[in-house]
Amino acid sequence: MIKLSRYLKPYLGVLFITLALLFVQAISDLNLPNYMSDIVNVGIQQNGIEHATPEAISEDGYALMTTFMSAADQQTLADDYLLMSPDDTANPDYQATLEKFPALQTESIYVQTDTSAETFETLDPIFGSATWTFINYMRSLDTSATDSSSTANATDLDFTEIYQALPMLTQLPPATFDEAREQAAQTPESMQVQTAVQFTKQFYTELGVDVGAIQNLYILKIGAIMLLLSLIAILAAIGVGFFSARTAAGVSQSLRRDVFRKVQSFSNTEFDKFSTASLITRNTNDITQIQTMLIMGIRILCYSPILAIGGIIMALRRTTSMGWIIVVAVLAIIVIIGVVFAIAMPRFKLIQKLVDKLNLVTRESLTGLMVVRAFGNQKFEENRFDAVNQDTTANNLFVNRVMVFMMPTMMFIMNGVTLLVVWVGAQQIAASAMQVGDMMAFMQYTMQIIFSFLMMSMMFIMIPRAAVSGDRIQEVLAVKPSIVDPASPKKLPMNAQTTLAFDHVSFRYEGAEEDVLHDINFVANPGETTAFIGSTGSGKSTLINLIPRFFDVTSGAVKIDGIDVREVTQHDLREKIGYIPQKGVLFSGTVASNLKYGDPLANETDLAIAAQVAQATDFIESSQDGFEREIAQGGSNVSGGQKQRLSIARALVRKPDIYIFDDSFSALDYKTDVALRRALKEYTGNSTVLIVAQRINTIMHAEQIIVLDHGRIVGQGTHHELLKNCTTYQEIASSQLSEEELNI
Amino acid sequence: MSDQNNIKTPKRGNMGGGGMGRGPGGPAGMMPGEKPKDFKGSLKKLARYLSAYKISLFFVLIFAVASTIFMIVGPKILGNATTALFEGVMNMIADNGKGIDFDYIGQILLLLLGLYVIAALFSYIQGYIMTGVSMKVTYQLRRNIFAKINRLPFKYFDKTSYGEVLSFLTNDIETVNQTLNQSVTQIITSVATLVGILIMMFSISWQMTIVALLIVPISFVIVVNIVKKSQPHFSEQQTYLGHINGHVEEMYSGHNVVKAFNGEESSFETFDHYNTTLYSSAWKSQFLSGLMMPMMTFIGNLGYVAVCILGGYLAVNGRLSVGDIQAFIQYVRQFTQPIMQIANISNILQQTTAAAERVFTFLDEEEEVSESTTAFDLATVSGSVDFDHVNFGYNPDKTVIKDFSAHIKEGQKIAIVGPTGAGKTTIVKLLMRFYDVESGAILVDGHNIKDFSRGDLRSLFGMVLQDTWLYNASIRDNIKYGRLDATDAEVEAAAIAAQVDYFVHTLPDGYNMFLNEEASNVSQGQKQLLTIARAILADPKILILDEATSSVDTRTEVLIQKAMDNLMEGRTSFVIAHRLSTIKNADLILVMNEGDIVEQGNHFDLLAANGFYAKLYNSQFEKAEEQENELVHDLPNSESIIS
Repeated sequence: MIKLSRYLKPYLGVLFITLALLFVQAISDLNLPNYMSDIVNVGIQQNGIEHATPEAISEDGYALMTTFMSAADQQTLADDYLLMSPDDTANPDYQATLEKFPALQTESIYVQTDTSAETFETLDPIFGSATWTFINYMRSLDTSATDSSSTANATDLDFTEIYQALPMLTQLPPATFDEAREQAAQTPESMQVQTAVQFTKQFYTELGVDVGAIQNLYILKIGAIMLLLSLIAILAAIGVGFFSARTAAGVSQSLRRDVFRKVQSFSNTEFDKFSTASLITRNTNDITQIQTMLIMGIRILCYSPILAIGGIIMALRRTTSMGWIIVVAVLAIIVIIGVVFAIAMPRFKLIQKLVDKLNLVTRESLTGLMVVRAFGNQKFEENRFDAVNQDTTANNLFVNRVMVFMMPTMMFIMNGVTLLVVWVGAQQIAASAMQVGDMMAFMQYTMQIIFSFLMMSMMFIMIPRAAVSGDRIQEVLAVKPSIVDPASPKKLPMNAQTTLAFDHVSFRYEGAEEDVLHDINFVANPGETTAFIGSTGSGKSTLINLIPRFFDVTSGAVKIDGIDVREVTQHDLREKIGYIPQKGVLFSGTVASNLKYGDPLANETDLAIAAQVAQATDFIESSQDGFEREIAQGGSNVSGGQKQRLSIARALVRKPDIYIFDDSFSALDYKTDVALRRALKEYTGNSTVLIVAQRINTIMHAEQIIVLDHGRIVGQGTHHELLKNCTTYQEIASSQLSEEELNI
Repeated sequence: MSDQNNIKTPKRGNMGGGGMGRGPGGPAGMMPGEKPKDFKGSLKKLARYLSAYKISLFFVLIFAVASTIFMIVGPKILGNATTALFEGVMNMIADNGKGIDFDYIGQILLLLLGLYVIAALFSYIQGYIMTGVSMKVTYQLRRNIFAKINRLPFKYFDKTSYGEVLSFLTNDIETVNQTLNQSVTQIITSVATLVGILIMMFSISWQMTIVALLIVPISFVIVVNIVKKSQPHFSEQQTYLGHINGHVEEMYSGHNVVKAFNGEESSFETFDHYNTTLYSSAWKSQFLSGLMMPMMTFIGNLGYVAVCILGGYLAVNGRLSVGDIQAFIQYVRQFTQPIMQIANISNILQQTTAAAERVFTFLDEEEEVSESTTAFDLATVSGSVDFDHVNFGYNPDKTVIKDFSAHIKEGQKIAIVGPTGAGKTTIVKLLMRFYDVESGAILVDGHNIKDFSRGDLRSLFGMVLQDTWLYNASIRDNIKYGRLDATDAEVEAAAIAAQVDYFVHTLPDGYNMFLNEEASNVSQGQKQLLTIARAILADPKILILDEATSSVDTRTEVLIQKAMDNLMEGRTSFVIAHRLSTIKNADLILVMNEGDIVEQGNHFDLLAANGFYAKLYNSQFEKAEEQENELVHDLPNSESIIS
């Protein structure tokens, strides 16, 4: 799996961009709850007024607030505020200030000179403290009078009344308020500031400001930012989708191509090692798996941790005291998923097996339709099926009920966490450790974090599967083909008179303990037929597979006109050979395209003659389309016998120097077999013909018959000679031929 | 019978082989789905099938809706808690001494906890019941399909491949199962959620609800557009994936041929062309379908922002509490999901109905003509067979057996000969009533075979075919298949007669050795011997044998021959003959060509007639003859044989 990561190399840049986009997306997504929180905290709770420090304040208000400040704070304030009078039209800020605070028209007001974030940071607590000192002082006066007013809102004070008392208050020595100020320090700073904001709202109202408009403007402003963030998030997401899709599709394209190329270079040794079906799966399904995994991997596996970590940071920035809730939630989720899968996984595997079994029994019943009915065993089959069916159903029921448990439990955990956040959050809010909006944002972050972990756990189920596919692909790619072209190839003579020789050839399959072929020695001459016969497993097919180098000899040499086949290129070698496989193999296309596979340059006459010789003309002409008749994939719309004839015709079109018939007449009936061989004899002319056969009839006229038994040549000669002196040949003959035939 | 092994599972839409998901490639609804022919009718049938579970389904409905309701009121109630909290904070700010009302908030939270527990419990109960229902339905459907296989006439399998039937039992049933298991609940909860959320939203603020609802048509347009845009790419992706799979399969299966003919380059070019097209359609379809999620999230966010703005505005004016905003936000976030699900329902329903339709069509197929009971003592049947003016054709418009009559005495051997594909097994199929004659009659011991029960009739026959059918069980069980109530001693006796015994003892577990799934752990010849043992154990009155033993080595072939001879001893035998000795010794030869019985008689009669049989015989015999004259001349009549 890891080794396949080299396929990602060309996409490193793109991956980097994708990762960056994911960050952008995550940051945008994560900031939304932040702004939502601002809407609640500032927009609603503080009427859109962000700071406790008023940007402008009436002279009375200024006097009132400074009265309740310490001397140092008064000084700080004096540095930051400027008294602007209605006549100050020369001041460059005058017009702007007038617009914001219409009261300037008629009275002098204090205007904040520096509106940087730092100033607010220093001034807000000062105003907060002043506000609470004021409230506490007033309350101390009130309690001495009546108790009833304690339920009245401190923020609903009528300032005009207080302003009247202002001269009196300013007369009081500053020490008067010390007690109130100490008391105020007990109230948490954020609470002081929030209350101060309410005062600021009053001050603004005094100056003729439309506070409602400020609030609406603030909400709209935050809303616009949120929209912008959403837009950024979606653009990033689209970018991620685009790049991840291209990367995944691109990687799988290269993988598919490389695997295909590799497999094409395989010899039969490698094919046997993997099996054809497995190679097909590795080239198709396994790669699709990787593609899906890549897309999901980039979109989810990379995104989830970013989102989770970001969420945790954001949440903890709101408040660290509730961090444990996130831990609890995530742990709960992981435990639940872990338990559910621990219970369900083994059953999943079992179910897969049972489904296979269900298929098997049905398949058996279908292929054995006749046998089942012939023996009247329908009931038996039904019971056999029912046993598997019940087993499957029971296991499915169990697994599904376990899985059904998951969803409600997950939902419950999430809802439970919400409740927990509200309860714990309420305590925190009461302790002024945070605001309501923070709690709401925290809730959403927690959900985001839980979702991220859910996603990640899903990916961890997916990854092992894809890893298996990846390993299977890598296995193919890592193979070094055992048969390669020589570094400096020789040329085969083009004389159309080819002598083929096996020179003490032995062959052993890789990893096998015994040789399949021992010390094979023979010469096949041009213009002659050399036939091979022997029981199954005697090594006939293996022997002829050595000629086109489907396998390489273990020792000895296969020589064409004296040149070792390993000393020429595979291409040149095979140009000389017409090979007809045991099972007729056709490719999708038409009859003509299949025949032309032998020689792309063949003309219609060539095809017609080849078809005629191969006894395929009847079949071809039986369709209106003739040579243009469609051949389905693998030749599935053509019978076995027809496939063989067309495979033969294909080799004939090639007009090679060497013909190899690997038991290519087995699906033909006797009549066709005879006719075909007769026509062949004439057509092949000076070529060297090699025939592997099961039936003696097929080969009894060969110039040379080689009898194989357990990989050794046990007889060599003509039919007549062998009948006399080869016991193996006699055995075969007696089982296949009638007495009369044998006695001739 | 040449099409015995054409098991191919047809590829259908996006239904992957089982698994949990609805196929790879993309979310359901992206793939061009297949449509049922009779949507209403098939849906009704499915509903009728489910009606047995009315009560269960009723409870599913109740619990699903109840659980959804409990779930949906949650945010609204939680909103009250938030509002209380918010007001408490305002009290603190105002310092009016009221502070936060923890008792009230605590009560609300406890109430919610209760609600959520109940919701989870109900949801689980609902899922529990529904899983039970869907599993029972699936079990029943599978059972019915399997039983149906055994009741269908052979005719059916002439037009339907085994792969298709297998696909009914696996893919289609899996689709139905998934829909029942997940989609039914999903439909109920989606609708309930949607309605519930709407009610809750309206109860909070109609203005905000309208704003939130505005996102519905927008998301709908987007979904439809994305689907429309990506569907062609998905189709193309599927097509080219199919092309690639096909090409790879073809090239790998024909690897030797490709290599032998130096076809690697052209094969790679074809592959590369497919692969490049696949790449472009793959990334496009993946990209477009991947747009769905972010798009929907964006729309969700639009709604979210709109709700925040409007909610903030309303809250400022005191027309909405903070808790309500929070609740509303949660509702808006939950709102898009059921919409997507409902949008998908029609797709799922169509897929399911199409799958169910195939299953029901299969279950409604006409069955074998009903059984008659055997009105006479089977034990007295001796095994004479008469064909009385039999006419038969696989298609009504093409009669292959015309007016065939023959009388076969008990214990006689009948050889059936003819070139490949001549329809030699037709006679066998008629004898065993796999097919019924069109007119005329076949009589066994003078009784029309239609007067037997099928089981009884078939019990008279023993069959050894070229296609050696064995099943995934022990060797003993496979022999026992001939007569299920046979004792072990009888099994072994049959095995000895069939030359099986000696090789069984060389196998790891002897008679208890399990044949693997492809039955490839015994050789082809051994398989043949096992089927002979099976037939011997059945001890039939009449035998049907196929002599063809291709790809069996010589020694085993001798054994098989011997076993067959043992088997035929004293029984009426129909032999699909490949051996001259068998043909010559036959009491009657039926010569078949192109599905028709063209000649009948014994060897010498037929040779004398100098017809088709004579040609066939000579074509084999000629080899011997030809050999003598090889260098002298060609046979004068060879041309006529070729044509």
